[in-house]
Amino acid sequence: MQIGTLIAAFLTLCIFSFLYKDNPFYKFAEHLLVGMSVGYILVIAFNTTVTPKLINPIFQEGKIVYIIPGILGLFMFARFLPKYVWLSRISIALIIGAGAGVAIPATIQAKILAQMQATMIDFATVDGIIIFVAVATTLAYFFFSKEHKGWFGATARVGTWFLMIFFGATFGYTIMSRISLLIGRMQFLLGDFLHVIK
Amino acid sequence: MQRAIPITVCFVFGFFMLLQFFVPHKLSVLAYENVLDWMQIIFVFTLLVGAASYIRLNTKKVVQTQAGWGYNLVALAGLSLMVILGFWKGTGENTPFLWMFNNLQAPMQATMFSLLAFFVASAAYRGFRARSWEATLLLLTATVVMLGRVPLGNLISHWVPDTANWILSVPSMAAKRGLYIGIGLGTISTSLRIILGIERTYLGRR
Repeated sequence: MQIGTLIAAFLTLCIFSFLYKDNPFYKFAEHLLVGMSVGYILVIAFNTTVTPKLINPIFQEGKIVYIIPGILGLFMFARFLPKYVWLSRISIALIIGAGAGVAIPATIQAKILAQMQATMIDFATVDGIIIFVAVATTLAYFFFSKEHKGWFGATARVGTWFLMIFFGATFGYTIMSRISLLIGRMQFLLGDFLHVIK
Repeated sequence: MQRAIPITVCFVFGFFMLLQFFVPHKLSVLAYENVLDWMQIIFVFTLLVGAASYIRLNTKKVVQTQAGWGYNLVALAGLSLMVILGFWKGTGENTPFLWMFNNLQAPMQATMFSLLAFFVASAAYRGFRARSWEATLLLLTATVVMLGRVPLGNLISHWVPDTANWILSVPSMAAKRGLYIGIGLGTISTSLRIILGIERTYLGRR
């Protein structure tokens, strides 16, 4: 048996041991996982962003302007210095401001116009009509400028039914995705590790 | 000044990125792409700050031999190992970094998520009660979708997976679309508030 399989099986069992109760094996695996995940993200972020987007442009391509985001990035470490913590707000402001600017047209296109267009595309079928009614009533439920009474209240109520269907479907789908992960781990333990199943 | 500079930076960059969408000139596009790069670079530094904070916290517990300091040492060892292997031997195929990821990190992550199956099922058992029409609808939909995703559903009747697929692609998708439109409208209004300096919670209290 390969050493990798042995280690993976041990760590899998360590985490499953939490089903009995919190114990030192689980805590060991939990801390190891968090530590390794942080290390993994650091290495990947460095290789995919810092090197190609900061170090190479400055030192190989001579793009001096990239010193600015480098300095703004270093400002983030001012979080550790209470007297200079305001410097980190400049970097945060750039990310948030530029992110907000990018988000507005992107959201109008992807989350509003495209969704509305897809909703009104097919009125010839029953499904098309159901989709239109569901979208309209769901939006009515989230419209709080008018009191949910009378015909509008009834419309909003129908919206809640569709929302319940969405929540139920999402819940069922989430459980099944977790179950498939569980099956995967069981297949690993009983197949690759114990060779009980093929 | 400590608040005025960030608000100005936020306004200038926010307004530029918004305006740029309507100006398809090559200089404008180049500046837009540069700012996107800048955002990514600064974002990586925020990750570094988070990692530095994590290392500081764990080191403090280990140095002061606080309760459970051994686990903090394990966390630091895991972090150091990944960083050292990643920078020393690289991250490509057949590297120790990838071996560590495949044989330690990935199985632990998958197991951790699979644990949720037990907790969600347990929560559902306690929480799912058909007390009202809405709750019954939620319960029925979840049951049909779950049965429709496993071979047992098809064994009962081919209607079960068919209904599950229909639920996912028609009423559920339509409700999600309604939510998306609502989220979109909320995103636009919040973004405008941020750019115009009305929303300032990201600056903190001081």
